[in-house]
Amino acid sequence: MRMMTFAKRCTKEILRDPINLGFGLGFPLVLLLLLSALQTNIPVSLFEIDTLTPGITVFGLSFVTLFSATLVAKDRESALLQRLYTTPLTYFDFIMGYMLPLLPIALGQTLICYLVAIPLGLTLSVNIVYAVIGMIPMVVFNISLGLLCGSVLGVKQVGGICGALLTNLSAWLSGVWFDLSLVGGFFEKIANALPFVHAVEMEKALFSGNFDLVAAHVLPILLYSVTITAIAMLCFLRQMKKQ
Amino acid sequence: MHAIKTVELVKQYKNITAVDKLDLEIREGELFSLLGVNGAGKTTTIKMLSCLTMPTDGDAVVGGYSITKESEQVKRLIGVSPQETAVAPNLSVKENLELICGIHGFSKEKTKLKIREFSERFGLDTVLQRKAGKLSGGYARRVSIAMALISEPQILFLDEPTLGLDVIARHELWETISSLKGNVTIILTTHYMEEAEALSDRIGIMKNGKLLAQGTVKELNERAGTNDFEATFVSIVKEGAV
Ligand SMILES: Nc1ncnc2c1ncn2[C@@H]1O[C@H](COP(=O)(O)OP(=O)(O)O)[C@@H](O)[C@H]1O
Ligand SMILES: [Mg+2]
Repeated sequence: MRMMTFAKRCTKEILRDPINLGFGLGFPLVLLLLLSALQTNIPVSLFEIDTLTPGITVFGLSFVTLFSATLVAKDRESALLQRLYTTPLTYFDFIMGYMLPLLPIALGQTLICYLVAIPLGLTLSVNIVYAVIGMIPMVVFNISLGLLCGSVLGVKQVGGICGALLTNLSAWLSGVWFDLSLVGGFFEKIANALPFVHAVEMEKALFSGNFDLVAAHVLPILLYSVTITAIAMLCFLRQMKKQ
Repeated sequence: MHAIKTVELVKQYKNITAVDKLDLEIREGELFSLLGVNGAGKTTTIKMLSCLTMPTDGDAVVGGYSITKESEQVKRLIGVSPQETAVAPNLSVKENLELICGIHGFSKEKTKLKIREFSERFGLDTVLQRKAGKLSGGYARRVSIAMALISEPQILFLDEPTLGLDVIARHELWETISSLKGNVTIILTTHYMEEAEALSDRIGIMKNGKLLAQGTVKELNERAGTNDFEATFVSIVKEGAV
């Protein structure tokens, strides 16, 4: 009850911010449209919709990190959190209240990306459902990363780090724009050590029905997801105690 | 019975002692003001009493519970209006009030009743549907205070409730605060002497984290040998410097 009240408030706060919706949904969809239009005009196969869409969905999640980080950072900078810390809301209520609302929002974003890609020529199959559900660990990673950043950074820094740095990282290191093995070396190693490329490959595997490829990619994602969530919870607790 | 009793309460930040062995006794149902210049340690005291920050040393009993060992129980009894206006900006005034009711586990019917009662009492009828982040300073502050009170606290903390308000808004808020007296114990902090004088049953004067004097306006005036409270305040604070 207490926690759901707070979660409801967070949902409203996110959905009522037009910038959130504009970027979170608009930007990935525009990219999808642009790149698939580009593909129809070039002879080589660079951005085939069936491989492009899973990549865009993963990229779109970096905005979920931005939402959650911005929400937490804003709450910390206003006196609202101070007030709420003096109410019966517990530490657990706060963590869940921040994280839960973003789960359906993020999965909705993924689903919309797939749906919009259908008229662009995406192969229609039940695998879309698996691809959306399979995104859950990556979604948790992105939400937690936001909670972590929001707990240690201010609103402005969050804009820079989550808004600019992370969206670029997740784009360049995801293998969506170019084949990482072509670049190779150090760059490829870094990309493989981060979860983004694994999320893209896992989405591709789920979408194309190559389920045997999923396990290898889901493990690093799970590892990141659990680790970042744990660190985020610690950082949130620390700032809560430091009032 | 005391609503609040602190015993050698201390808050030490790196190299400054914000609150220094504070001994306070606040009676049930009274309006007690902590008066002091900026940096006296008023906000820090409120933060400790409302379980927002842990004391470095000492303890306090709020509504019968220890702030260091029974913070969960304390949080159920108190309402806090922080020094800065604390509202959820993208929620309407009504939704802000509902948020607090929900956190305190009020039923839908009770929430409705409470919101009706409070919008009348705080003059919020006309702004109930407006986003809290878009309100003027006076209205935002009133919402912030209404949020502290709507949970039916036994003990209400108001940290500089009229800071930054214009004269009219301040006097309106004074009226609202006066109307609350008697039902709840109110701890108010302020650096305006006339505010403390106008509203309080008793006043504690703080400086550099220490309580220099406490009592009714009359008692404090007598102690300082003046009949002007401003002169009393100045004399007590100066005396405290020696
Ligand atoms: N989080 C903090 N870290 C370090 N010093 C602090 C902190 N909060 C308050 N102080 C210091 O403690 C003293 C008392 O502050 P405060 O309680 O806010 O005073 P008041 O509310 O009476 O103006 C001030 O000198 C202030 O600078
Ligand atoms: Mg203060």
